[in-house]
Amino acid sequence: MTSTYKDSGTASLNDDEEFTDILEERRRNTDLGYALRTFNPQPYKGAPSCSTSDLNKAVLESQYLRYIAKEIALETGSSVEKVRQEARGILEEMSHNLQLGFIRLMAYTFNKVFKRLFRSIYVNMEGLNMLQQAIQESPVILMPNHRSYVDFLIVSFVLFTYDIPIPVIAAGIPLASMKVVGEILRRSGAFFIRRAIGSDKLYWAVLSEYVRTIVRTGCAPLEFYVEGFRSRTLKSVVPKLGMMDMVLEPYFKGEVFDITLVPISISYDRVVEESLLALELLGVPKPKESTTGLFKASRVLQEDYGCMHVNFGRPLSVRQLCEGKINRSEYNLIPRDLPQRPSTEIQDCVNWLAHLIVRTQEEGALISPWSLMACLLLQAPITTLTEEGLQWHGLTEKTLWLRKLVLDFRGRLNWPAHTPDSDVMSSTVALHHSIVHHKAGRVYLVQDGNPASQDPLSPEEKVMRTAAAVLMLVSYRNQALHVFVRPGILATAIHITKSTQKDELFSFFCFLRDVFSSEFIFIPGRASQDFDEACSLLQKCGAVYISQQEVTVLETGLEVLSFLQKLLQPFLESYQLIFRYLCENGAHVFTEKQFLPAVRNLATKLILSGDLHTFEVLSSDTQKNVLSALRRLEAVTKLRASQQNEYKVNKAAVRRTGDILCKIICDIPVKIKLLFCVRLENFDLFLPCCL
Amino acid sequence: TFKSNPKKQEIMKWNGWGYSDSKFLYNKKGQAEFTGKRYRLSGMIIPGLREWMESTFSANLQHKTPAAPILNSSAVQPPTLNEAFLKELKSTGIPFSHDAEDRVFRSHGHCLHEIFALREGKIGRVPDLVVWPNCHNDVVKIVELACKHNVCLIPYGGGTSVSSALECPPEETRSIVSLDTSQMNRILWIDEKNLTAHVEAGIVGQDLERLLNESGYCTGHEPDSMEFSSLGGWVATRASGMKKNIYGNIEDLVVHIKMVTPRGVIEKSCQGPRMSTGPDVHHFIMGSEGTLGVVTEVTMKIRPMPEYQKYGSVVFPNFEMGVACLREVARQRCAPASIRLMDNEQFKFGHALKPQVSSIFTSFLDGLKKFYITKFKGFDPNRLCVATLLFEGDREKVLQHEKQVYDIAAKFGGLAAGEDNGQRGYMLTFVIAYLRDLGMDYYVIGESFETSMPWDRVLDICRNVKARIVRECKDKGVQFPPLSTCRVTQTYDAGACVYFYFAFNYRGLSDPVHVYEQVEHAAREEILANGGSLSHHHGVGKLRKEWMRESISSVGMGMLKSVKDYVDPNNIFGNRNLL
Repeated sequence: MTSTYKDSGTASLNDDEEFTDILEERRRNTDLGYALRTFNPQPYKGAPSCSTSDLNKAVLESQYLRYIAKEIALETGSSVEKVRQEARGILEEMSHNLQLGFIRLMAYTFNKVFKRLFRSIYVNMEGLNMLQQAIQESPVILMPNHRSYVDFLIVSFVLFTYDIPIPVIAAGIPLASMKVVGEILRRSGAFFIRRAIGSDKLYWAVLSEYVRTIVRTGCAPLEFYVEGFRSRTLKSVVPKLGMMDMVLEPYFKGEVFDITLVPISISYDRVVEESLLALELLGVPKPKESTTGLFKASRVLQEDYGCMHVNFGRPLSVRQLCEGKINRSEYNLIPRDLPQRPSTEIQDCVNWLAHLIVRTQEEGALISPWSLMACLLLQAPITTLTEEGLQWHGLTEKTLWLRKLVLDFRGRLNWPAHTPDSDVMSSTVALHHSIVHHKAGRVYLVQDGNPASQDPLSPEEKVMRTAAAVLMLVSYRNQALHVFVRPGILATAIHITKSTQKDELFSFFCFLRDVFSSEFIFIPGRASQDFDEACSLLQKCGAVYISQQEVTVLETGLEVLSFLQKLLQPFLESYQLIFRYLCENGAHVFTEKQFLPAVRNLATKLILSGDLHTFEVLSSDTQKNVLSALRRLEAVTKLRASQQNEYKVNKAAVRRTGDILCKIICDIPVKIKLLFCVRLENFDLFLPCCL
Repeated sequence: TFKSNPKKQEIMKWNGWGYSDSKFLYNKKGQAEFTGKRYRLSGMIIPGLREWMESTFSANLQHKTPAAPILNSSAVQPPTLNEAFLKELKSTGIPFSHDAEDRVFRSHGHCLHEIFALREGKIGRVPDLVVWPNCHNDVVKIVELACKHNVCLIPYGGGTSVSSALECPPEETRSIVSLDTSQMNRILWIDEKNLTAHVEAGIVGQDLERLLNESGYCTGHEPDSMEFSSLGGWVATRASGMKKNIYGNIEDLVVHIKMVTPRGVIEKSCQGPRMSTGPDVHHFIMGSEGTLGVVTEVTMKIRPMPEYQKYGSVVFPNFEMGVACLREVARQRCAPASIRLMDNEQFKFGHALKPQVSSIFTSFLDGLKKFYITKFKGFDPNRLCVATLLFEGDREKVLQHEKQVYDIAAKFGGLAAGEDNGQRGYMLTFVIAYLRDLGMDYYVIGESFETSMPWDRVLDICRNVKARIVRECKDKGVQFPPLSTCRVTQTYDAGACVYFYFAFNYRGLSDPVHVYEQVEHAAREEILANGGSLSHHHGVGKLRKEWMRESISSVGMGMLKSVKDYVDPNNIFGNRNLL
């Protein structure tokens, strides 16, 4: 019998969802017996069993690759045979070599490791059942989020446990270069993709044909991270479209009847590499993936990481999702083996789908009590956290208040049932002893480093030390952010515009949504739904009253609005600071290498002088997001000719964006009309309308 | 009013397919049998059919949906007659009728919704008058009178259309006259030096072949409907025959066409085998679906009757291998007169239609069964499929040809499976249309539709369309899994023609025909989205009109429209097909 628990903290939507602890049974039986269990999955019905070598052969001999090889040979003046030889090399480096024996080995090892690391690994059985069904009907794409290296093979582990075909998994090439481990991963179904493919035509061709062949034949479920990489911030990353394009093409070209996408949300109480991530964001380079590194990391095995939740989302039919959105007949006039640039209609659809998946992953993620506490801790002044300490009982009270708000906002909360709230609070803090400690009724931020050391830290070093701790907190706050973003942006719009007019708020909402769409996940083309959602959530929790034309703030709602506005404040401040930097300090042309440290220096100075209150601007993630937002807004352009990521900045445009953001020029009430469709490209139009 | 030659409708069903004496029914013992004497299967018991129907459709002999036995004339709207037209028509002596039965008989083709309505005794708009011209000049007179009195003309040949082409447009307010070409059924001359025959367009396929055979010739044009469809109809719809690999499709067979239009008679001045005189005006006529005029006489190629015919069949382990084989046969340009590939469901269906006792059917299938259970048990009975073949020519060449094809088949895992099996496959072509009537007696409705596509899309389209049908049925509330099956019926250098069969048990549905139409519509959308054509040979009629613009582009539509506007400015040929 396995222990199940009802996710009682969850809002009404998914009340009856059952999670099963898969470690429970493992703890009672032998690991070896488990690893050697009979494995007899029901594969995709149309799939002929195809071996790794069959797959590779099909790829190499495909009409598509022949065509590209000829083209490249012609362009480069080399022989077709040579190009094909090169393609073979690429494929060798790339291809998986899935073997059941290694899955057993993996399962055996994981059992050992996971039982150490985690108290429980909860899996929703209903999702697994639906997956099992879906796999028999059409090619399945498993799309988990990626928050930790630990989850790299977790899906395979779960599927092995429940007799579901093992997926092949897209992985970054650095993993492949790890001695022994790289090979083990390869034999556990990983295939490896280089990071910077750039314009390497042959590589793209081999990769895309490889991926398409896997999907077309349905020989195994395909797993990949639509976010492209492990999120360093534990916040969802704007999806990458390369793999998504390749995966969906067989459907667009009619080579399969349908493709099933399965979003998978993996949530952790505590992430194994939490401190590494924070350091990396502050510019301390990430250690290269190496086998020795892995062994060194084995000290993490001594720690307690709480629970892990693997939530398999409802399988989504690409056919159904795309219905009415695209016209597949655009592929009718060119042989499907030839490369063809998809129409904007199709590209938009892929982009939309990718965003939809990430949003679904967010919705499926479980929010821990610790995430709520992180939200609140970050709203306290930094000196309170580092010096005076935050009152424990105030934090408890506020956390319980926030719990209610999350439920109002339909978040999935992972709040232990049948446990007194005070126990939940203290056990949570105990679990996160690396970040906070609780002493004499107060909570303090744990700052790493070596206080006993002879050399006193410089003020700058102190800032960085605090920043590392704050960014750890930030990452846990980020796990809950998706629940608050939409109402938060509305709260911010209310705060900045001081308006009650619905259309005005909507315009500003859209503006913020556009500016922050590298930061948070917004499904393209759904601005008005997002706005409506924000309105209805704020109304539901009693913060505002919504009439036909107006949004009126209620006395009882001030606490909620202020919480939400403060939650997003660090983002606003960070963006403003970087805008200011670009307008005032920076050159017209800069490289990313110059940009990141320069912003960091400026921010450090301002923090020391007390003019900046957020440490988040120190995070390279925030800095890069601002850049990509500005590129989207065409205030910054990437120079094509340059080798080293050079950017050209249009200072006037950046200034205007910044001005709107802090509303300097709009002291008079903003009359924003005609702005229902502020397009990113021409939001210069925004200003005249503002005035 | 008088009836001329009413023979045809007396021997044919008014609300189902084919001859009145030929039909499937369940006898007192509950066994299926095929009545009459006309076909090889006639008078035979088909023991497997009942079980197949029961298991395929969950149909049940208890649940019957019998058709209305006779036409209730009072259900037919009284004719809207154009008296002036009628008066002048009488003076020409051309036979006509406004008898309800005559009019209803010519008011429909064989789409499911048409037959379903008739079985329920529901009659919509029907022609107001039927005329039977006897020759080209009669047609000229009728068309002149129609133009003069603004009467709507709908040409009627064999009535086998499956595109709603014969349906009277409900919005038509003028008097509608059905112009029945059945009396124009003579071979006017045979030119043995050039191997052509000049034939009146109302002749039906089987008569044309029979009469030519008497002189030692044939056209070789054998569409599945050849028992009933007419030469004029073939021209008007761009028909395709089963043996087109040797004889060509209708556009390859026709040398000269005479058509009467409101603007006058169109024909070429000579019978040269090919001309470069601008766009071929024959191509305005072929496929015009009765919107421009009436085809009255056609000169077509004839061939000496083949010395030797041989059927054959090949079993493949799966449909994919079968398609690969057909593709290779096409690549080597060595297709026999006919080569068709049935999928697994159709193979099983063929199996179910095996008659009880027959010397011809010396149970190949039983042999086959043994043969793959024993020697070739690698074949999965739920995946294998069968190709049927027909070879024609002189004996030696046929045998050579046969070997070539079987050698190719062997490369794709194909095993020769005997002549009987092949012959039976082709015989079934003619009786399969009767089966729908049996199904309709027991809550099962269905139809076939066709398309053509490039070779590389054959498998994808077959899979996707079949899957789409199954999914749509589920979504539309059909309670039982449908039969969704296909076969490749023609091969070309650059592609193939595929036929889909789709049927389901409609118990529990309040508007089964509507559901059927929605599913067929979805299936057509799927075909088009996957790069299949709107039609290979059935034509567009009114059923597929909505997709014409996307099929041939706006400019293409404009070209066709301008031809129509010139030839028939007053829309005398007002069946509203195609455009």
